[in-house]
Amino acid sequence: MTVIIDKDKCVGCNLCVSACPFAAIDMVNGVAVINDQCTLCGACIEMCSVTAIYRDDEVEGDECSPQSYKGVWVFAEQRQGKMLSIAYELLGEGKKLASSLGVPLSAVLIGANVTEMAKDLYAYGADTVYLVEDKELELYRTESYTAAFVGLAKKYMPEIILMGATNIGRDLAPRVAGRLVTGLTADCTELGIDLEERILLQTRPAFGGNLMATILCPVHRPQMATVRPGVMKKTSPDYGRTGNLVREAYHSRDVKVRTRVREIVKEMGKVVNLEDAKVVVCGGRGIGSAAGFALLEKLAQKLGGVVGASRGAVDAGWLSSGHQVGQTGKTVHPKLYIACGISGAIQHVAGMQGSKMIVAINKNPAAPIFKVADYGIVGDVHQVLPLLIAALEENTTRGAD
Amino acid sequence: MKIVVCIKQVPNTTEVKFDPKTGTLIREGLPTIINPEDKNALEEALAIAAPLGGQVTVISMGPAQADYALRETLAMGAHEAVLLSDRAFAGADTWATSYALAKAIEKHGEFSLIFCGRQAIDGDTAQVGPELAEHLDIPHVTYVRRIVSLDEKYVVVERALEDGYEVVESTLPALLTTLKELNVPRYPSASGIVTAFDEKKVAVWTAETVGADPAKIGLKGSPTQVKRTFTPSVKGTGKILTGTHKEAVQQLVQELRAKHVV
Amino acid sequence: MDFTLSKKHEMFRTLFQEFATQEVAPMAAEIDESGEFPWVTIKKMASLGFLGLPFPKALGGAGADTLAYIMAVEEISCACAATGVVLSAHVSLGAHPVYQFGTPEQKALFMVPQAKGEKLGAFALTEPNAGTDAAGQQTIAVLEGGEYVLNGTKVFITNGEVADIYIVFAMTDKSKGLKGISAFIMEKGTPGFTFGPQENKMGIRASSTTELIFEDCRIPASNILGKEGDGFKIAMQTLDGGRIGIAAQALGIAQAALNESVRYAKERQQFGKPIGTFQAMQWMIADMGTEIEAARLLVYRAAWLKDMRRPFSKEAAMAKLYASETAMKHTVKAIQIHGGYGYMKDYKVERLMRDAKITEIYEGTSEVQRMVISASLLK
Repeated sequence: MTVIIDKDKCVGCNLCVSACPFAAIDMVNGVAVINDQCTLCGACIEMCSVTAIYRDDEVEGDECSPQSYKGVWVFAEQRQGKMLSIAYELLGEGKKLASSLGVPLSAVLIGANVTEMAKDLYAYGADTVYLVEDKELELYRTESYTAAFVGLAKKYMPEIILMGATNIGRDLAPRVAGRLVTGLTADCTELGIDLEERILLQTRPAFGGNLMATILCPVHRPQMATVRPGVMKKTSPDYGRTGNLVREAYHSRDVKVRTRVREIVKEMGKVVNLEDAKVVVCGGRGIGSAAGFALLEKLAQKLGGVVGASRGAVDAGWLSSGHQVGQTGKTVHPKLYIACGISGAIQHVAGMQGSKMIVAINKNPAAPIFKVADYGIVGDVHQVLPLLIAALEENTTRGAD
Repeated sequence: MKIVVCIKQVPNTTEVKFDPKTGTLIREGLPTIINPEDKNALEEALAIAAPLGGQVTVISMGPAQADYALRETLAMGAHEAVLLSDRAFAGADTWATSYALAKAIEKHGEFSLIFCGRQAIDGDTAQVGPELAEHLDIPHVTYVRRIVSLDEKYVVVERALEDGYEVVESTLPALLTTLKELNVPRYPSASGIVTAFDEKKVAVWTAETVGADPAKIGLKGSPTQVKRTFTPSVKGTGKILTGTHKEAVQQLVQELRAKHVV
Repeated sequence: MDFTLSKKHEMFRTLFQEFATQEVAPMAAEIDESGEFPWVTIKKMASLGFLGLPFPKALGGAGADTLAYIMAVEEISCACAATGVVLSAHVSLGAHPVYQFGTPEQKALFMVPQAKGEKLGAFALTEPNAGTDAAGQQTIAVLEGGEYVLNGTKVFITNGEVADIYIVFAMTDKSKGLKGISAFIMEKGTPGFTFGPQENKMGIRASSTTELIFEDCRIPASNILGKEGDGFKIAMQTLDGGRIGIAAQALGIAQAALNESVRYAKERQQFGKPIGTFQAMQWMIADMGTEIEAARLLVYRAAWLKDMRRPFSKEAAMAKLYASETAMKHTVKAIQIHGGYGYMKDYKVERLMRDAKITEIYEGTSEVQRMVISASLLK
C-alpha cells in the first residue's frame, strides 16, 4: 500500500505539503513528491483540491481480500468450567458491532466438558457457538488453545475477533494474531465500525494512558482486539435465546504442545473485587505510608466498599498490585469513587473515569483530580477522612431516627 | 547456557507533562529509560547465567539513541548487545517488531531462553513477547513471577493469574515474559559503566544484516495503523467544597445523601 | 568549549541519583537523629564500586575519573551529606595518597582493598593544637630497629574508628619544621592505636568523627608513605584533591536546599496562592539557582583539570570556598522560605543547614581557601 501523486494532475498548490503531519511531501519542480517519511496517513488525500493524490490499496503479500471474512467472534474464556464475566461483556459489545455490520455474533468456546456453557453464551447474545472440546483442552495452554482457535479462524474466517485482556487472553491473542499474520490491538476501551470501509475502529490508551489512539487494521483479517475486563457492558441475559452450535474436532496429535500446567494455586488474599465494587476508596502517594491506608479501610467499610490504590501507592509498596486502579491496573466504575491523596495523572483517570460520582480529597488545589471530580475538598486526607467518617456516622444515626 | 533478552528504550511516561495552555502532551525532553519490566527480564537472565557461566545477549530494536539503553544493559553485566536499527523498521507495530526481532535472534544463533518484559510502558500491549515466540516457533510463558527450576531441558515457572498463579513447565528453548514481582533489578556497577562505554561495543544490525523481508518490516509490514491520536477528554470541573474541613465534609455528606449515593 | 556531559557520565549521574534516592535518602533523617554510621549504605556503595571510582581497574578501582567520583559525592550528599563525606574522606583522603605516593607493595597491600571497598580509609592530620597551622604537629614518629614508634593524638578524624587504614602525619624531625613531617600508613588494630569517643556533632551526624590516640604504637618502617620529610607535601596535595570532594558535598547540600525550596514554594499556599507566586520567594530561588549553578561549574572544572593532569590547586580551593559558602547561605535561605516549618526537624532544610556549616570548616576553612587562592593570584 502506498500513497501516490498523479504528476499530471498535480498543480503544485502546496496544500498537501502543509497538510502533511510528517513532513513527507516535498515540492520538486512544481510537483509534489512523497518522501520516505510517509506513514500512509492520508491527510494529503483529503486536502488535495484536484484529486491528484490517491492511495494504492493494492494488497502486498498473500492476504486474502477482506471481503471474504465475515462475522464477529468473541473468545468465551472459561476457567475450570466457570465462564468469566469478560466473555459476556465482549458479547454485549460484539452484538453492537455485529448489528452495525449486519453479520452474526459468535462465541468461541474451548475446553473440556463445556458444551453446557453454550446456552449462557446464547443468552448473552451469541448467535453461534464454535465449540472445540477435548480433554487436552481442560486447562489453558498457549499452544493447544492457539491451535484450536487458529483452526477455527482459518476455516470460518471471521472479520473481527475480540478477546478479554485477561492474563490468558493477553497470552492467547498475540500468539493467534502472530500465526494468522494479522493485527492485534491491546486493551481497547472503545470499539466502533467505520461503515464505509467496514473497518473496526479500535481506540485504546497509549503512551501510559496520556494519549488515546484509534487503531485500524485495514487490510489484514481478522481484525483482532483485546478489551480489559470492566470496560464494556454486558446485556441482561435472555435464556429464551438459542443458537447454532458448531462443533469442531481437536486433533491433539497434530498439535505441538511444549508446556504443561503442573498446578493452579488460588491466592484468595490477592483478590480484590474492584471491578464489581459499588464504592471504591482509593489512595495515592498523598497517603504517605502503608499504615495510612487504615483510614481508607475504615471509610470503605463504612460505605460497604473496597480500597484501591494508585500506581504510585502500589509502587511505594503500601498496597499489593491487586489493588491498583488505572491504565496498568484495574478499570472500575462504582457509583461512588473517593480519591484520597491522588493527584489524578491521566493513567489513573483512565481506570476510574467511568465512576458515577467522583469525590476527590487532595491538599494541592491544582491537582488534576479535581478536574474529573464531582466534588472536591482541598485538604490533607489525614485530617479530612476522620471528619468524613465521623460525619457519615452522625448521618447514619440521624437517618435511623 | 545462552540467553537472549529483548529490551525497549521507552520515554518515561510517568514523567509526562502537559502544556498547561493547550492541554496537549509535551513529548520533547522526556527522559528515556529501559522499559521497567525489561530490566526484570535482564536481571533474571543475568542471575541465571552467572552460576552457569552463561552468555547473556541483549537485543533491542530502535533508533540510534537506543545505543544508550543497550550500554546500560552492558553496565549491568550483559555480555553483548545488539541494536537492530534501520529506517526501514520505523513505524513497526507489534507484528512487524516481533518479526524483525525474530530475524535478529535467528542470526544471533542458538539459545536456550529468551526473556522479554511483560509489556512496555509506552504501549502496554504485551504482544511482542508471544508474537516473537510464534515467529520463532518456540513455546512461551507470559506473566512469569518466579522461576521455580531450570535444567538443560526444562524450565518451570510460576505464571501469575488474576486470582493466584499456575505452575507451568516448558521445554527449552522457550520465551518467558517477566513481571515486576520476579526480582529487583540490580544497579549498573561503576566499573560496569566504564566497561560499557570504554571496553565494549554495541553491534548495529540493519534489516539487510538480519535478512528481513522488506515487506514484513516497518510500517509496510505492520497489519495495524494508527489512524489518529488525541488527548483523552475528562469530565467537567466539579464543585470544590469550601469552608473549614468540617464544613466541607458536612456539605459532601449532604450531597451524597441527597443523591442517594450513600 | 563543550559543557555537555558524555553519555558515560550521564549514566553515572543517573546511577548516583537513583542510588541516592532509593538507598540513601530514605534513612537520612533517621541516622541524622541517631548518629548511626550508615554501614548498610556504605557496603552497597562498595559493591557497586563507588569506593574506588577514580582509580584504575588494575588497582581494584572502577576505572572512572574524578568527575564521575565527585558527581557521586554530590548526588549522595544531596540525599545525605553524612554519607557523602564518608565517601569523600575515604576516596580523596584515605585511598588517594597511597595511590599517588605509595610504592607498588603499599598499593597492593592497602590501596587495592580500599578501591575495592573492602577496607575504609581515613586521613589524620589535625591535632588539638595543629588545625590550620599544620606545622604545629606534636605527634612524633621515631625509627627504632626497623619500626616507627608513634606517640600523639589526632582529633576530629572523619571515618575515625570505622576506617581500617589511616594516613597519619607525624614529626620525624622537629628541627626541620614543615619538612620534618612524614606520612605513615596505619592499620586499625595496631597495638597502641586506640580511639576516643564519638564526637557529638552539629551536622553530618551519621558520619564517624573521633580522636585517634597513639601510645608507643609500632609500625613497620615500610609503612612510611614517600620519604621522611615528604609528609607536608603529601598532606597538601591530598587536601587539594579532597577539597574537590568537599566542594561536591557542599554542592549536593545546596542543590537539596534548592529542590526542597522549589517544591515547598509550589505547594505552600498563603493569601490563597502558592508562595512561589510571590516575588520575595522568586528572587530568593533565582539567586539560589544561579549561585548553585556557578558553584557546579567551578567544582566540575576543578575535577576536569585534575583529570587532565593539569594544576588544579587554586581551582579546587575556589570551588570549595564558593560551593561551601553557597551551601551555607542558601540552606539558611531555604529555611527562610519554609518559614516556621523550616525550623522544625520534620523538614529536611533544618538538617541541610546544620550539615552545610562543616563544609566551610573542614579540609581547610574558608580562610585557608582564601589564603591559597590569594597566594596563587599574588604570586
